[in-house]
Amino acid sequence: MTKRSGLFILGGLLVALLLAGVVSNFASAHPDGLDSTLRKGCVFDADDTIVGGSCPAQQAREHELADSPLADYGVRGVDNTYLSTGLAGALGVLLTFAVGGGLFWLTRRRPTAGPAGSAASGDAAGPAGSATPAPGQRSDDMSATADGRP
Amino acid sequence: MDTLAMHISNGIINGPVAAVFAAFALAALALCVVRGRQDLDDRLAPMAGLVAAFIFAVQMLNFPIFTGAVSGHLLGGALAAILVGPWVGALCVAVVLIVQALVFGDGGVAMLGLNITNMAVLGTAVAYLLVALLLRLLPRTVSGLAVTAFVASVVSVLAASQGFVVQYWLGGTTDLGSGLAGLAGTMAGVHLLIGVGEGLITATTVVTVAKIRPDLVHALRGRTVASPGTPPVPAAGGAR
Repeated sequence: MTKRSGLFILGGLLVALLLAGVVSNFASAHPDGLDSTLRKGCVFDADDTIVGGSCPAQQAREHELADSPLADYGVRGVDNTYLSTGLAGALGVLLTFAVGGGLFWLTRRRPTAGPAGSAASGDAAGPAGSATPAPGQRSDDMSATADGRP
Repeated sequence: MDTLAMHISNGIINGPVAAVFAAFALAALALCVVRGRQDLDDRLAPMAGLVAAFIFAVQMLNFPIFTGAVSGHLLGGALAAILVGPWVGALCVAVVLIVQALVFGDGGVAMLGLNITNMAVLGTAVAYLLVALLLRLLPRTVSGLAVTAFVASVVSVLAASQGFVVQYWLGGTTDLGSGLAGLAGTMAGVHLLIGVGEGLITATTVVTVAKIRPDLVHALRGRTVASPGTPPVPAAGGAR
């Protein structure tokens, strides 16, 4: 990864942290499209408990990990709701980047293990370390070889 | 009940149907890993991590829509498909959904296959098909890219919402009788409005990235985007 790409990733992460850590506190608290559709037909009291009617949401059961320290996008033990939501959001961004970025990095196509072409050129530039590229060998293959191939 | 639930909660769809979709989602994601590896190089891998993190962040930002006490949030399929391609894009959305289910208690763990099928697989696939089509039809300008992102978002959100309707038809735990058409209609109406919000967010984000780093927009690889007033920016070519 070039330095310029690294800066772009860093900048993007900062934007995501700002959105999840700060702006998230100004998000609408109304149920989303799916949730509101499933609540249609039921009557709710002030505590958001179903007090009458019939709707799909009545069948909803407890989440398996409802006791997770970050359940409901809040940090358990942090009473200030702004801080709690913001911290949970920021942690979620970092966690998602770490898990996603880590998995993508591990499964990525290595330059050395690429298509047949570069593998063949690797053999050509083997331990003998020929200084001149073989006829027809592409220059980008050379740079891949120079990048610390074993 | 979770008031912060954004995805399908436990108990909404019955176990057998959820299990079938879990198997389907697993197979689809495995295919995405195999095909996505063709795209995943040193440059795309960190970008894909960023796209996943960004989708997580924006999914927290529920925005109000016009119909009363209802909000909407980004699903992210169109954004991911445009920025990192369909295969890696679906994996990005799936990573977000898995983190949300396993860490944030959002979307039942037993329902993960249903949520991944709707938002990661269906949403990204529909978005990508439209992106591939529209980028050929529309002028290669910034506004062409914005319109593409907007339309792909709206249709992809609608498709994802109807994916849920099919799942509910197969294994919904409340007998709606003839009310399934009503469920489909309500889901479509609400998600049309959510899709407009998603379209605005996606178009803004994609155009911003295309202006800063056009080479990092997967959908623009091998193309040039001309913006009025500035010379055409050559997008870095890359093997699909």
